[in-house]
Amino acid sequence: MKRIGVFICHCGVNIKDTVDVEALSEFFMSRDDIVHAEDYMFLCSDPGQKIIKKAIAEHKLDGVVVASCSPTLHESTFQNAIEEAGLNKFQMEVANIREQCSWVHNDKPAGTRKASLIIGASIEKLKLNESLEPTSAPLTRRAMVIGGGIAGIQTALDIADAGYEVVMVEKKPSIGGHMIQLSETFPTLDCSQCILTPKMVQLAKHPNITLHVNSEVKDISGFVGNFKVTVERKAQYVDPDLCNICSDCSTVCPVLVPSEYDEGLGWRRAIYIPFPQAIPASFTLDIDNCLGLSPIACGKCAEKCEANAINYDASPTTFEVEVGAVVVATGYDLYPVENIAEYGYGKYPDVVTSLQFERILSATGPTGGVVRRPSDGAEPKEVVFIQCCGSRDPEHHLSYCSKICCMYSLKHAKLYKHKVHDGQPYIFYIDIRAGGKRYEEFVQQAISEENVLYTRGKVARIFNEGDKMVVFGMDTLTGKKVEIRADMVVLAMAVVPSYGSDELAKTLKAGTDKHGFFNEAHPKLRPVESLQAGLFLAGACQSPKDIPDAVSQASGTAAKVMVLLSSDRILHSPIIATVDDDLCSGCGICIGTCPYGAREMDLLTRVALVNDILCEGCGACIAACPSGAAQQHNLTDDQIANMIRVIALGDE
Amino acid sequence: MQLPYYPGCTLKNHAKHFEDSAIAAMERLDMPLVEMEDWVCCGTVFSMSSDDLMLQVASIRNLVRAEHQNLSELIVLCSMCYNTLRRASDFILSDPENLDKVRKFMYLEEKPFDGTVEILHLLSVLRDRIGWEELGRKVVRPLANLKVGGYYGCLLVRPEKYAIDDFEAPTIIEDLLGALGATASPYPYRLECCGAYQTVTNKDVTVQRTYELLNSARNAGCEAIVTSCPLCAFNLDQRQRETIEQFPDFDPMPVFYFTELMALAFGANWDPEWTKLHFVNPEPILRDKGLI
Repeated sequence: MKRIGVFICHCGVNIKDTVDVEALSEFFMSRDDIVHAEDYMFLCSDPGQKIIKKAIAEHKLDGVVVASCSPTLHESTFQNAIEEAGLNKFQMEVANIREQCSWVHNDKPAGTRKASLIIGASIEKLKLNESLEPTSAPLTRRAMVIGGGIAGIQTALDIADAGYEVVMVEKKPSIGGHMIQLSETFPTLDCSQCILTPKMVQLAKHPNITLHVNSEVKDISGFVGNFKVTVERKAQYVDPDLCNICSDCSTVCPVLVPSEYDEGLGWRRAIYIPFPQAIPASFTLDIDNCLGLSPIACGKCAEKCEANAINYDASPTTFEVEVGAVVVATGYDLYPVENIAEYGYGKYPDVVTSLQFERILSATGPTGGVVRRPSDGAEPKEVVFIQCCGSRDPEHHLSYCSKICCMYSLKHAKLYKHKVHDGQPYIFYIDIRAGGKRYEEFVQQAISEENVLYTRGKVARIFNEGDKMVVFGMDTLTGKKVEIRADMVVLAMAVVPSYGSDELAKTLKAGTDKHGFFNEAHPKLRPVESLQAGLFLAGACQSPKDIPDAVSQASGTAAKVMVLLSSDRILHSPIIATVDDDLCSGCGICIGTCPYGAREMDLLTRVALVNDILCEGCGACIAACPSGAAQQHNLTDDQIANMIRVIALGDE
Repeated sequence: MQLPYYPGCTLKNHAKHFEDSAIAAMERLDMPLVEMEDWVCCGTVFSMSSDDLMLQVASIRNLVRAEHQNLSELIVLCSMCYNTLRRASDFILSDPENLDKVRKFMYLEEKPFDGTVEILHLLSVLRDRIGWEELGRKVVRPLANLKVGGYYGCLLVRPEKYAIDDFEAPTIIEDLLGALGATASPYPYRLECCGAYQTVTNKDVTVQRTYELLNSARNAGCEAIVTSCPLCAFNLDQRQRETIEQFPDFDPMPVFYFTELMALAFGANWDPEWTKLHFVNPEPILRDKGLI
């Protein structure tokens, strides 16, 4: 029989106020099967751990129950403590009497009784615990980054600089993300492309980075350290190694398509380079808009190409990449502006989205950086910027704050003012959220020196009268209706997870919140990891972020990935399924049940085997096994039955 | 198929032409309106401005009576009656305590209220039971060349829950006008408030609104507007008397009930009595378009 010690934590007052800890330690001390019991204010503290270690030595304990907070918080603390005292770490059980008891009750006698049952059940489990050692597996020291915006680029560069291989997968023909479309960035007003393109070039030239554009992740198998990712690359009709970007092909291409880079304000050809600094530096053929692949239909570009870079017979390729870690950096898109019918987007060409206005301000944009409105090319003298278009509107649109719009709308107003000196910018806002370094100063300077007029309130409707856009709103500070006859309106559309990221989340089996943003493992303490081991997050795919935040998180993510890749073996928990060969009937139900592909049939012996590395110890096969042959280490049917007996029958 | 309908007080005097034209139009669509028996005032929209249960009794009394006349639905023409009846019904049914109190209050006079009557605006019945295409086929006198704007005001589309169409971008009136052969021009102010009861205590507010609203319609090319609310019609039509006095540049514009144009389109003849209830005489424009 094991010599068991019970240690009960007060957690300050968190547990002690609802659970009579002294009475419990007296009670367990009096039990015949318990060698030692005591309570202490903070068992997780260093003195607290010493108490446990000292008791193990003094009373020759070979099993310990710690009644405290959830095992997700301090299980490893106490496991390490008993290991230092010479015990196997699986001879320790955490009885959660905080989250599952004291925090959710306020009746002290009832709380004490429930805590006693939880501890009693943990003692029963501990009695039959085996001593186990972790299994280990080799690890692929290579990472995949999905998405080539600023967050993905920064993550990839940091990991690659540390000496690990990185495979980047980007859906579009070039990396750069939305940042490459921006004109200048707040609060310093440095040119977005000037600060981004050096990083893009670095990435392209980096010996440790392999870049796959026009590519998407289609499937993933394996587990942390040993993922196999299936990537589909669209047909590569232009060979980037041969293409010398002479642009002869696009000159002869007869097809005009609205340019994605210019947010539909400009045009491109069906064979095109997304923007001058595109990486990879190559033309690309947009098959959906090309007149036809057969040279009979058109074929002008291939005829013209002296480098022979165009190959109409190219076909899509699918390949598998082995990586140890996967980083999701799929970024954001704008909330569909058509959803806000009263703002008349689509009906009025002079109502534009924030990203379109970035292009209008940008030197590489459709107007060459001169502010002109789309309808007639006139210089707008009065421009209204509307914040929170779709954000902070739980009744009709999205409940959350998109975080970046306050700052970029103000930036738009400033840049507009810098280019049109006699122009008047108006901003409609709900609140001005300027909580970043030098952000508030940026706001104040614009109000006091640049004559940006702020109106607190929402816009009800936009309509046109002649060549003016009439913006109809409410000033909620004065309670008066406001009507501004403007030349142009810019909508600060809400930030949503990039289109297609919901599919990717399903493929990766990653959790998302109700808006589709990827879930971090812990909102404060594990902000760059997903709950899926080996899957990491960077940038706006997790929540709306500005560039400084996205870059900080990207570097944080890279550091976490490097920790994982720093060893050539990965340890795997031994709390996994086992099979009793004599009981197994070979029915195979477990194989279909396992979500990790860890169960397979030994065709010779007709026994269902467990792959120790793939098994995550979820217990699905154990519950499904009709003959009771499958058991989980340290969570056997006998242990569970004993625990239930304590809970159901009480202490008698 | 007969449609049981609730007229409301105004349709029996100031807006008699609204009722008459609706009856004439619906007869020609073989869906005659049959007035429910024993109705009383709906309580008007004022009854929604406070939580006082007493103020809902008038509405509920109508619904109880309709219920016990075995009516499963009640078609309403007046925007305000429609809005008031629906909101009062919801307000009482949403809270068992309210329901209990109202039943106890009325138990000597009325049968118990169960809330089984569906309250519908005539416009949504036209859209959902007949459909614009079918309606278009029944037109015998198309309103060709008539440029007219739909005026929604507040009560057809607010609050959102009781809107008979998209509350931010409704098209139901324009769709009807289109089906009748008219050119429906949406104009910016079509959803703005007419000033409502400010017309009693603060007349200048409604005069100002009338000026802005009708100018907005005129700028969009409208020669007339249509409404389904007698209070809006009063403010926008009768108040043009003061508008003309206060704004020398103002050009008067006729204001119709949508049913008047329906009656014409489906072949009924214009009743000179209707003209008497208009402030701005609509006959010249109708004559101009060959409709009378």
